[in-house]
Amino acid sequence: MSRTVEPAAMEPALARRTFLKGLATAVTAPALLAACSSDDTSSDKTPAKGDPNAPADLSFWTWTTNIEKVVDIWNQKNPTQKVTVSRQAQGEDEITKVITAHRAGNAPDLIHAEYQALPVLITNGVAADLSSLAAEVKSAFTDGTWKLVSFGGKTYGIPQDVGPMMMYYREDLFTQYGLQVPKTWDDFAATARQVRQKAPNQYLATFSSGDPGWFAGLAEQAGANWWVNDGGTWTVSINDASTKKVAQFWGDLVNQGILSGKPMYTPEWNKAMSDGTLLAWPSAVWGAGVLEGVAPSTKGKWKMVPMPQWDAGTPATGYWGGSATAIWAKSPHRAPAEKFVKWLNTDPEALDGMISAGGIYPAATAGQSAPSLSKAPNMMPNQPAFFADAAEISKTARGFSWAPNVNVTYSNYSDIFAKAIQSKSDFGAAVDQLQTASVADLKKQGFQVKS
Amino acid sequence: MRRTSAPYVFVAPAVILLAIFLLVPIGYTVWLSLRASRVTGDGLGLRHEVFVAFDNYKSVLTAPDYVHGLLRMLGYGAIVVPVMLGLALSFALLLDVPRVRLTRFSRISIFLPYAVPGVIASLLWGFLYLPGVSPIRDAASALSLPVPDLLSPNTVLFSVANIGIWGGVGFNMIVLYTAVRGIPQELYDAARVDGASEVQIALRVKLPLITPALVMAGVFAIIATLQVYNEPATLAPLSDSISSSWVPLMAIYRDAFVNNDIYSAAAASVVLALGTLVVSAAALRVLQKRAFGLDR
Repeated sequence: MSRTVEPAAMEPALARRTFLKGLATAVTAPALLAACSSDDTSSDKTPAKGDPNAPADLSFWTWTTNIEKVVDIWNQKNPTQKVTVSRQAQGEDEITKVITAHRAGNAPDLIHAEYQALPVLITNGVAADLSSLAAEVKSAFTDGTWKLVSFGGKTYGIPQDVGPMMMYYREDLFTQYGLQVPKTWDDFAATARQVRQKAPNQYLATFSSGDPGWFAGLAEQAGANWWVNDGGTWTVSINDASTKKVAQFWGDLVNQGILSGKPMYTPEWNKAMSDGTLLAWPSAVWGAGVLEGVAPSTKGKWKMVPMPQWDAGTPATGYWGGSATAIWAKSPHRAPAEKFVKWLNTDPEALDGMISAGGIYPAATAGQSAPSLSKAPNMMPNQPAFFADAAEISKTARGFSWAPNVNVTYSNYSDIFAKAIQSKSDFGAAVDQLQTASVADLKKQGFQVKS
Repeated sequence: MRRTSAPYVFVAPAVILLAIFLLVPIGYTVWLSLRASRVTGDGLGLRHEVFVAFDNYKSVLTAPDYVHGLLRMLGYGAIVVPVMLGLALSFALLLDVPRVRLTRFSRISIFLPYAVPGVIASLLWGFLYLPGVSPIRDAASALSLPVPDLLSPNTVLFSVANIGIWGGVGFNMIVLYTAVRGIPQELYDAARVDGASEVQIALRVKLPLITPALVMAGVFAIIATLQVYNEPATLAPLSDSISSSWVPLMAIYRDAFVNNDIYSAAAASVVLALGTLVVSAAALRVLQKRAFGLDR
């Protein structure tokens, strides 16, 4: 675990701390030796006191498209604090790699992580507590967004991008069949029935067993919050009334053949999105980019609207996707890393770069009205105010908190719902199974779970 | 002194390589399989690695998904091994019949699918199977035949097995064909003098003489069955019929790299490796007597 002493450590305050830590290590050495093969879990919870302008070489694992262009801006402005981007993997795979690298003592200073992956990083001692930075940047984000990086009153990442959910529908086909855009989920069900009557080979939408994050977003919209941590004890409510309502709503329609039950992101789905087999897609703000990839021939035919509502009086939406930047708990360049993370996610120039080069939808509220968002996405020339509409919808996103076993819960979701769709069984029961599986796993791992 | 050390020097490279790249990793896997990550502390808690003895083995052997995966894998093997070897043997014998035309062309076209990587083969077949884009279904409905759902829960095992067979027949055919070509011509002459037909020559002369090659191909096919992963893992995201633990290797991958539980994955790997060892040893023992009995 010993790392070469970087110039930053020469700074007096830090040098003293290092010395004290060394002393502490010497005293507790026998105890540590006894446990040397186990994970090194001593995480430094003291806030960064280093010099944010100290020279440093920062490594950054991320998968954001063209982020190099944004990092270049930083590197030109901060020649002594060079950030090096490394594309190790995406999403979940990157988290697995980061945890492995953490065990080996060479994780990157800066970690790009999806919101639901943060608890896994925290409980493995990988992500640093950024509460000291939080006070400075919190006001740049909505409360809903901030909830995504807050755990037990502490902050472990700074939001980079968000995916507030919104619905895309085929304007041309809706006109052709004389359909109304559904404002509530009841309308949505009625419209789904009309579609089946008017075009027996087409469906309003599909329920996907392959996208647990999508289902979590739908549940979030209905008011669910699956995980709450109170003083170290977890309360798991995956099968609460809101989630069951959502599951049973979709389950009834899928089992009656009114909605499709085929997974998204397959060649079959691509075809269904191109040829009009599916008329609508409850998705997120980044959905326009996906449409461009899977159904380029439908350019200009889609329109984006708020999600159908459970309660038309209080519009709400959920998040599907989005990510934050975390800092490695053992990074020797804590202060410069914090400086970079703050710049990347709140500086107008950085946000503008990420929007125009990376195509992300920024988490910072200032970024959501950035000049680079004045033009609609390529697929939506018929909706020039796309991003203005999106910013309005974004304000209604609820926020959600995640557990350290989201990965296990998600892989269970796929298996359980795939089975429910095939056997045409009750989706409410599937949600119960998901709850049981998730709780059993948390308990197995040794977490305190309130029953 | 020098005389006695010489053998050790000669075997040292092999032993050292074996130790570094085989024994140490196996030992480490066994070590990991006896450990687990458990959470302690307040707040969200922190994960620690602890010793749990045989807990992982207990949960692997009692977990329904591992057991079902194991059964499914056996079912897959029961389809793939006989069908693949049967086809390979038939092709090898047919191609060796005198006066058969286009042997070179047939041999290459039967062999070609083996050159297609498993993942790509699975993607190709995935497109053929997927209801929305399947030309097989289009053809069936155009001919007003019953339209098959090739990825339904009842058919998916056969669909996956089909990919394995498609990819494996060519290789096994070449192995058996080479063995057939190695048989001395005089034996055929003798058989013909005795009045044997081509069918009789194939079944009574060629088949017994290539049995050792058939046994070898069989053992390899069984081992390949235990390692089946590419085909179902590639098809899994396309279909609701293939779960994340459809075969044991998929469950191991999920535990290690999706669920971040490398310890359960290690235990399952040890179980699978031991199973492979036992099955291959048993298959060899049973078949060896018949195949190589004359050589002893």
